[in-house]
Amino acid sequence: MSNTATTETKPAAPAIEKIKVKVDGRELEVPKLMPDWQGKLVPTTMIQACELAKTDVPHYCYHPKLPVAGNCRMCLVEFGTPALGPDRKPVINPDGTPKIAKSPRPAIACATPISPGMEIYTQTPGVKQMREGVLEFLLINHPLDCPICDQAGECKLQEYSVDYGQSASRFVEPKVHKPKAVDLGPRIVLDDERCILCTRCIRFTKDIAGDDALGIVNRGSYNTLTAYPGKVFDNNYTLNTVDICPVGALTSKDFRFQMRVWFLKETKSICTSCATGCNIIVGSREEKVYRYTPRENDAVNACWMCDHGRLNYKWIGRADRLAEVRRQTSEGRSEKTTWTVALNEIAEKLKKAPHGSVAIVASARQTNEEFWLLKKLADKFGALTDSIGYFGEGDKLLLNVDRTPNRTGARLIGICQANVGIKMMVIADSIKVGKVKTLIVFGEDVTKSSLDAELLGKLDTLIVSDILPNETTKRAHYLLPGCAHVEKRGTFTNIKGRVQKFMKAVEAPGDARPEWEFLHDLVYNVTGQDGFLTIEGLFNEMAKDVPAFNGLTWAGLGDTGVTVPT
Amino acid sequence: MCPTIVNNVETLCDVKHIVALGGAEYAKLGTPNNTGTRIVSLSGHVKRPGYYEIETGKVTIGQLINDPAFGGGLREPEPGRPPRKLKAVIPGGSSAKVFKAGEKFKLKRKGPDGQMVEQEMDMLDLPYDFDSLIAAGSMSGSSAIIVMDDSVDIVEALANIAEFYAHESCGQCTPCREGSLWMSKALHRLTHGEGRASDADYLVKIADNIPGGRTICAFGEACSWPVQSFVAKFKDEFIAKGKADEERRAQGKIDPDTTPSQQHESATAH
Repeated sequence: MSNTATTETKPAAPAIEKIKVKVDGRELEVPKLMPDWQGKLVPTTMIQACELAKTDVPHYCYHPKLPVAGNCRMCLVEFGTPALGPDRKPVINPDGTPKIAKSPRPAIACATPISPGMEIYTQTPGVKQMREGVLEFLLINHPLDCPICDQAGECKLQEYSVDYGQSASRFVEPKVHKPKAVDLGPRIVLDDERCILCTRCIRFTKDIAGDDALGIVNRGSYNTLTAYPGKVFDNNYTLNTVDICPVGALTSKDFRFQMRVWFLKETKSICTSCATGCNIIVGSREEKVYRYTPRENDAVNACWMCDHGRLNYKWIGRADRLAEVRRQTSEGRSEKTTWTVALNEIAEKLKKAPHGSVAIVASARQTNEEFWLLKKLADKFGALTDSIGYFGEGDKLLLNVDRTPNRTGARLIGICQANVGIKMMVIADSIKVGKVKTLIVFGEDVTKSSLDAELLGKLDTLIVSDILPNETTKRAHYLLPGCAHVEKRGTFTNIKGRVQKFMKAVEAPGDARPEWEFLHDLVYNVTGQDGFLTIEGLFNEMAKDVPAFNGLTWAGLGDTGVTVPT
Repeated sequence: MCPTIVNNVETLCDVKHIVALGGAEYAKLGTPNNTGTRIVSLSGHVKRPGYYEIETGKVTIGQLINDPAFGGGLREPEPGRPPRKLKAVIPGGSSAKVFKAGEKFKLKRKGPDGQMVEQEMDMLDLPYDFDSLIAAGSMSGSSAIIVMDDSVDIVEALANIAEFYAHESCGQCTPCREGSLWMSKALHRLTHGEGRASDADYLVKIADNIPGGRTICAFGEACSWPVQSFVAKFKDEFIAKGKADEERRAQGKIDPDTTPSQQHESATAH
């Protein structure tokens, strides 16, 4: 929107008025109001205007999702506003431009609202000198222990030192010494000497997590971050403070000293520990997952994730992962076989199965694509299908009571009902009376629900795909090793109907294959349907077929997904 | 939480006058643009330190120090010593920029004909009001005047002030939190035999990064103005002290391998 005459002063009612400002001499129009940390529309700040102008303003304490503190002083900028004459009208330069009165004092860009005609200067010698001054002050008492610091490589002190640091320190005084390796809680270790007192962690835990556990004691340069006396820093969101700590003061007990961050491959993924579907980055190296960190998605998790979900990754690398395709011989002995043999044999058996003699138990941890392929099989045989629900206590922030990532997908595709698991008893009864002779189980130990070992023994064929051994996998006639979500691509539908995709971070162990791949083979073998050899093609086919997903495409999901009506 | 009001004694004294006289009458006291009264807290090397209420701008700094009604002159020297000489005056609380004895200022003042005229003025002849002291580069501030005679080691005096500000800094924002203690540590070193001739410039460079709107509150100015003004006006003394320390160390009177930081770690760590 530019200065077209008609909309200049009175824009349409719902639209947010735009005002013109200049950032480093470049004029742009920015909304008068922009969302604050809670999403409430408030006057746009200088730092937001600079961001819209694609001008980086260095900062430590400012975080778009936290209340503004304004204490680090790194974002100081110079600015001017249109000069007003004695008649309160703008003073005009001889060339017709408004005269700008430069403010004698700088302002913090994070907390200062813009005004019409304001000029913001971020690259002047004065601004550079202020940044250099702040950085020097932050470094004088800093231990400069980057070689042993976990933050190295993703540290704001390091990054801004490149731009505003000095090659040598002129500080010749003794440094202030503060507590080291402070055990703040079960998951967090604090190094107070590295802390730059930005208070991001304090604000996060007080205002976002609702647990006012952290504070600063002592005065001046002896300021020390601590948990309140007698209080343990232990809520389900503590590890977010490690993410937002701009330096290496707060470290994760789980991740510290494990891996240099610059070695980590970053893969966009989704947390699978509950139905919220927090967007995450999987940090991996050489087929090993080292950490999950939250990835910003304002429609789902903002910048946060819970500790429960973040630390729930160790099972991926377990030594007892299923890595072989196995079949049971006619003598009841389990032997290793190949995918081709197993899938051909399964197809042959399924082709002979009478209508209504097959049941499928899928896992709500599977992907939309896998559900759709299973549904194709189910439709072919008139199979009973269901899944199993896992529920726990939820909280107000992110953790959902539903501890599976894709029950909504299973429901929308028709694998289970809104009341998940309601058909499990029907399946059990059908096996008991000998109606169901073939059971296909994905990712569930059904012996823990209504299908006990004795019932499984009545089946002619038990086809199981899983990634870890259990009582059901032990009894499988065909055992098909599958993949963790970080070992394949696919989509989940979260509790609010957001369809989100995730990417592959690491290779699966041994012969394990993504379920959608071998399910596709199986569907082809059984039904002759083909045409979706890639996950993109498969998703797009599914989106055409499943009413809830109509209109979606893999590419159209983007990095942060699309919400569908549920 | 209950709201709490904390009033300065000076405020309550003003309230008393305003209630008694009415606002208009009260404003007739003092000088134009500097109306009412001030409570001056006179301390340091004067005969009669204490609290004096003056009409703003009706009394000069020199009168406050020397007039028998106020300070009554510099204190007497020890027996057998020559009379004391004035060395410096801090005019408005310890954060105000220091005046050096004999310092002259060119101030624009309204002449008898109502025209503004520039007038050279000795520090002692400055009227004690807000505008004159700001024009002279300092401030009336809290109206606490600290008088220092020639017995004062100016570096020690600044070290004392800097230690106070380092202790009082709340620590909320970076420049004041880190700068106040850094300056205090440097001055501690300089007053404990570990100085360097370069410390004068070193101190000013630290101080220059604190004030001017870089901090959340005015404490940044409060801790840096004394350092800036003391070093600017008494630079020779800072350099001499640092140089003397360097020479002493060069002569081996102090182990040259021992860095200042190791020697004074225990003394400066609170």
